[in-house]
Amino acid sequence: MIDEGLKNELARQGVVATSVQELYNWGRSNSVWPLSFGLACCAIEMMAASMSKWDIARFGSEVFRPSPRQADLMIVAGTVTKKMAPQVVRLYNQMPEPKYVIAMGACAISGGPFKQGYNVLKGIDRLLPVDIHIPGCPPRPEALLHALITLQARIAAEPLTGPDRPRHLRADAPSEFPVPEFGAHDLVPPKNDLLWKPAPVVRPG
Amino acid sequence: MSLPAAASHAIRARLDAEGNASGGDQLEVAMGPQHPSTHGVFRMDVVLDGETVVKLKPVFGYLHRNHEKIAEGTSYLGSMPYTDRLDYFCSLTNNWAYALAVEKLAGLAVPERAEYIRVITAELTRLQNHTSVCGFLLQDMGALGTPLMWAFRQREKVLDLVESLTGARMMCNYMRFGGCRCDLPPGWIAQARVLVDEYPRFLEEFEALLSGNEILMARTQGVGRLPAALAVAAGVTGPMLRASGVDHDLRKVDRYGIYDRFQFRVPLGDHGDVFDRYMIRVLELRESLGILDQALRDIPPGPVIDPKAKLRGFRPKAGEAYGRIESPKGELGFYLVSDGGPNPYRYRVRPPSLINLTILEDMCLGHSVADAVVILGSVDIVLGEVDR
Repeated sequence: MIDEGLKNELARQGVVATSVQELYNWGRSNSVWPLSFGLACCAIEMMAASMSKWDIARFGSEVFRPSPRQADLMIVAGTVTKKMAPQVVRLYNQMPEPKYVIAMGACAISGGPFKQGYNVLKGIDRLLPVDIHIPGCPPRPEALLHALITLQARIAAEPLTGPDRPRHLRADAPSEFPVPEFGAHDLVPPKNDLLWKPAPVVRPG
Repeated sequence: MSLPAAASHAIRARLDAEGNASGGDQLEVAMGPQHPSTHGVFRMDVVLDGETVVKLKPVFGYLHRNHEKIAEGTSYLGSMPYTDRLDYFCSLTNNWAYALAVEKLAGLAVPERAEYIRVITAELTRLQNHTSVCGFLLQDMGALGTPLMWAFRQREKVLDLVESLTGARMMCNYMRFGGCRCDLPPGWIAQARVLVDEYPRFLEEFEALLSGNEILMARTQGVGRLPAALAVAAGVTGPMLRASGVDHDLRKVDRYGIYDRFQFRVPLGDHGDVFDRYMIRVLELRESLGILDQALRDIPPGPVIDPKAKLRGFRPKAGEAYGRIESPKGELGFYLVSDGGPNPYRYRVRPPSLINLTILEDMCLGHSVADAVVILGSVDIVLGEVDR
């Protein structure tokens, strides 16, 4: 790594010193293209975030792609029903690596107000690896922007080598997840046991 | 949109076996549930002959959130926040329709100031819904970005007002049985007045640039015609029905609330095509501004809810009631059956967008697939309400 003082000295002379990792992550984190994919109420706030008042373009994410093949980020904006869950997983599988998931709103996190419903998936992290959760019903557009900035900081800090490198640089890590089937009573399987590992419930007494 | 060769051969073989007249040049395309033009998770299974739609099957249920079943298991008041999430553009009118049904069931009176606030909030909702729908319609025609951005810029101004009144931008949870949750904050009427005074300028600009636009006229006039007889037979309501020339506006028919005190006209179309549906919404915006103008002028002081109103442990006597209002999308009704308990025995929503959507195939047949997208946009659906 280059010394910070030397780096500043060089910058004053008009020489930019950086590492491949920083340059690569700088480019990646500032052009996160979301998948244009709305499920329910939260999608309206997602749209509001991309419109003039909040202007997600300031953070390089205004390019909502209708095709998963061109998208880097899936914003799960709304209630995932059991009928829709296979499609959500399939869309995720179609996205190229590196890819990230934001679970927007209470429904995407846990089922939210509709959790007791027989047709509602109780959180998308049962089927997909979620990077950022945004609470709220629906979260305000500022909350989505905050989630995006958090994700950008996380992307910028990803090491490209070593044991901590992210999933898309590890051949052994899966980039696709099994698509559940919309069965007679529930999704088959109802959750992905490799992903969904909730902490055991401890009750006092 | 193309299918892999093997799949397309399989579909072609099946269509041939079904004995289609054009002999195997048809293609079955599934538009949705993830598709930029389906306004949410709606699927249209379209059979195309070249580019012409010869068959269209709407597939619902991707957002079925068990609203009615949950409501039957929770208290009357507990369902109020769920109604916000039916048609998530218009939570205030949903609240009103539900409150109206419960008030009918329990025989509650509403103070006059609360009636005025209900009219004001409902017309504000209509403003932002119709504005956004016009933006979405143009987006569907390929005018990407600008018209929708304008519409949303204007929508945000309405939402700022709604937020200062109810505390939430979209999920307001504002009406209560027998009134409203809280009074208007100080200075709210003056802010609303500014919005109402400035809105016509936005509308004039929007209309000057779009309503007379040649491309818009070419894409919408004569497209997706809905004859008045079919519209009535299918139970279509709202701007879609009025665009077909049927004079039916619940604000005039039922005169629920205090709508008989306001002067306003009901715009009607004569062709029932997409252009008429667009124009009806623009004209209704102007009428809504007129109602808002009168309501903001006449609103009396007083309580917004009877302070002794019983909200917790609310048990209406056994019976049934149907309350309906003219929501921005059409007739929104709630049918409630009470057995005297704390929960409704039966809770049923009559969603306008679902019933307006049932005649989608009749409107789309014979048009190109690009027109089907525009026709769907002119129906103005919100999937939260369609699937519930």
